[in-house]
Formats: sequence, C-alpha cells, structure tokens
Amino acid sequence: MKESQTGAAESPGDGEAELIIEVTDLVRIFGTQTVLNGISFKIYRGDTFVIMGGSGCGKSTLLKHLIGTEQPTSGSIKIFGEEIVGLSDAAHAEIRRRYGMLFQSGALLQSLTVAENVSLPLVEHTDLDRGLIDTVVKMKLEQVGLTGHGHKKPSQISGGMKKRVALARALALDPPLLFSDEPTAGLDPIMTAVVDELTLDLTKKIGCTAVVVTHDMNSVFRIATRIIMLGTGDQQGKIIAQGSPAELEKSTDPTVQNFIRGEAGRSGDDAATAELYRDALLD
Amino acid sequence: MLDGLRSYFSLCGSLFYWLFLAPFRGKPYRVSLIFAQMVRIGVQAIPLSALIVFTIGIVLAMQSLAQVQQLGAEILVPGLISSTMIREFAPLITAVILIGRSGSAVTAELGTMKVSEEIDALEVMAIHPTSYLILPRFIAMLVMMPLLAVFGIYVGMFGGWLICASAIDMPIPFFVTQAIAFVYPVDLVICLLKSGVFGLLIVTIACTIGINVRGGAEGVGLATTRSVVLSLLAVFVANAIMTALFFF
Repeated sequence: MKESQTGAAESPGDGEAELIIEVTDLVRIFGTQTVLNGISFKIYRGDTFVIMGGSGCGKSTLLKHLIGTEQPTSGSIKIFGEEIVGLSDAAHAEIRRRYGMLFQSGALLQSLTVAENVSLPLVEHTDLDRGLIDTVVKMKLEQVGLTGHGHKKPSQISGGMKKRVALARALALDPPLLFSDEPTAGLDPIMTAVVDELTLDLTKKIGCTAVVVTHDMNSVFRIATRIIMLGTGDQQGKIIAQGSPAELEKSTDPTVQNFIRGEAGRSGDDAATAELYRDALLD
Repeated sequence: MLDGLRSYFSLCGSLFYWLFLAPFRGKPYRVSLIFAQMVRIGVQAIPLSALIVFTIGIVLAMQSLAQVQQLGAEILVPGLISSTMIREFAPLITAVILIGRSGSAVTAELGTMKVSEEIDALEVMAIHPTSYLILPRFIAMLVMMPLLAVFGIYVGMFGGWLICASAIDMPIPFFVTQAIAFVYPVDLVICLLKSGVFGLLIVTIACTIGINVRGGAEGVGLATTRSVVLSLLAVFVANAIMTALFFF
C-alpha cells in the first residue's frame, strides 16, 4: 500500500483507464482551521472510490468541493478533464448534468411527490415525453425497491425510503459518475446490501464511476476498489492512507487498523498524553 | 452588513438575468411554478387582506365622520376615504399583510430548503435556484401585490360606505360620485407603482435572507424575523420617499 501525506492516489489501471476526476493539492481553510490540507488523488472510470475517516476529518467537505457547492482556498479539481474551480454557473451546469449526487439527508424537494422528485432531472434536462418519463421513473423506483410509493410526499415516507428515492433521483439520467454521501446510513442491513449491490452493478456492468463517503466498513469492503482515509487531529485534512481494500486491511498504521476494526484505540500524541495522565494519577 | 448587501445585489443581478436575458437563450419561465406561487402568495392572502382593509375603511369613515360632522361637511367623507385608501392605505396595508404572511413564508421555506440541502441538490442537478425557486416567487409577488392593492381599495371603500350609509343614510351613487371626484387617474397609477416597488422589496429581501440561511432551525427562525423587520423598514422608508416625491 502506498501511504503518503499529499501524494496522489494512483489507480492500478493508470495509462489505460479514462481519468474521470483529478484533484491536485486541494486546500480549504475556514477561518483559522485548515479542513483540507493538500489533498491529491485521481479517480478512473469504473472505480468505486471510497473516502473515509473519523468524524470531522473533512470527508463531506471534500465531497462538497467535488460537486462544486464549496470553493477551495487553493488547488485544482478536474472532472471529465475540465477544471471546475472558479468555473461559471453555466459551464458548471453542463458538467453537473453528467453526474448524480446522493446527499446524506436525501435532500428531496418536500413540495414534490416521490415520483416528481425522481422525474425532476428528466423534465429539466431531456425532451422525453411525459409517458416515457413516467416509465423511467417507475423503473428507477423499482430499482431501489419503492414500487407503488411514487404518489407519496417525502414527509410520508421513512428516512431510509427517502435515501432510496434520492438514489433513484441521482440515477435518473443514468449518469456516468455518481457521488454518494453516506449512502447506507439509516438503512436496514438488507437495504444496505441492496444499495451496495446497486453501486456494484453501476460500476461493474455499466462502467459508471462512484465516489462514496461512508463510515460503514462492511459497505467499504463490499464495494470499494480504492480507498483514501483522511486524518484528524495533527493529520487534519490530510490523506493518511490510501490503496485497495486489501492493502488497507494489511496496513500497520494503528489509526487505520482501529478505524477498520471499530476499536476505540488512541494513537500519537493522544495516547502519549493519556499515558502521562494515568501515570500522574497513580503517582 | 456588507456581506448582506453583496448577497442582495448578487441576487438582484441573477434575477435580472433570469427575468430578461435567459428567456431569449432558450430558458423559458416555469409558468406552472409562477401560477402556483401566485396562488400561495396572493390568492390565499385575499381573505386576510379583505378583512383588514375592510376594517381600515370602516375606521377611516368613522374618524372622518366624527370630525367633519361638527362642520357639517359630511359630503367630504367619501373623497377623504377614497384619496387616503388609494394614495396610502391600500398599497401600504397590503404590503404589511404580505410581509407578515407571504414574505415570512418565503424566507422560512427557502431557509428550510437551504439547511436541508434541497438548494444544494437543485444546484447539483444543474437546476439554477434563482430560476426554479426565486423567479416564480418574484413574478408572483410583482403581479399579485398591485392586484391585491386594487382589491383592497374596493373593499376599503365598501367598508367606508357601510358606515356612511348606516350613520347618515348616504346613498351609494352619491358616495361613489363623491369618492371619484376627489381622486385622479394619476393617483391610481402611483398606487400601482407603490405596490410594485413594495412587492419588489418584500420578495427580494425575503429571498436573499432565506437563501443565505445558516445554522439549522434556529437560523431559519432568526432569518424569518430579520426578513420581516427589514421588509417593514424598507417598505415604510420607500413609502415616505414616494409620497414625498409624488404628493408633497
């Protein structure tokens, strides 16, 4: 496994696979806090690229930069070969039509029904007639196990169902790139497996590229082809580990191992401070 | 303060593009959304607006009668009511009603959409929030505000006539003739102009504050309060300036 502070995560298929996303030296500073610190990586077609890390490490902020709802302090983000940092709204809109985004909260429009939410990208960006749009919506809802719920408002369905509707909406235009923020949070184990299978189908069968932010280690090892882990504390906003799932499993870094195994271990300065504190108490 | 002004003028610039330029670049208005907002902002405000302006008309008539009866000049009451309603009360009271009822609702709705990432979702779907959310509300407010003001004139006058009829048996043809004699067409034009300016101020302030909400439910509440306060301030200052310009 390659582990570095700022080095770009390389794909095994470099030189052959199509480069979809390229992030170079991305820095984001809020006030005095550096949330993203020199992040660099590349994502290739067909990858399921997982961004993981502890709470507050900046993984959702990184995702917001990738989708362009946040602007970095410095650095470069290229999607489909086009620089999106400082891009005009109109030019960005063209790129955005080529990817879908599943928000952590679902972010469904509360004033629309489930079916209207899923049909929104189709109505806005295609010339399909109403009948065809309705058919596509039914297919997408069936894909996420929500047949027959199209007429309901988001307030009438559960959190897990909202997330699946949001996934159906993100996939409405069959985008070649899908961003997901905690796609399985709040889902039961069966639905978690369904969403994971759907992600695998998209990447393996259709050649879609997925960028997933998640804490769910079962999902990570089920779907990821490559992983980056962001650090906290002294390593805030830096890539502390990267590689394939197998490479991360073999990592000797205690922070990585604790995270993967879900153990409440400490490392670095925290551990040293805890040891000193215990010794001081015993003395 | 500076950030707020920057956000306000940025929203106005974006509105200008979507209102005047975008339709010529293949991005037409979303007519169904505009009509939906006209119903929510204007049509549903009719009962409240009617009730309040009706009581204003009654109060105006009672106060006027109490004063002019001592001079035996009751025939002046219809003109007093009509000129006051058209020049000041109809546009101003309608604006206050729409600030409390519709402007606050616009801020709260957009603010809630902002904190629940719905606006981010629209952006990521390449749907511009100004085009989808703000423009329909803007057009709806600009159309409904003058209509409600004109409606308010009729309802207020009716309230005034009820008092005149019951107190001094004033027949309706006489009331209408006297009411018309004291106003000029330009008064109605200024009434419509005032309503348009008030509507523009209310909706742009409500949208700017709503779409820039931060901090969850508490932020939405604070933003709604700020929207109402700033809109009231802006409308009353604008009213004073326009009255000074046109009638003083």
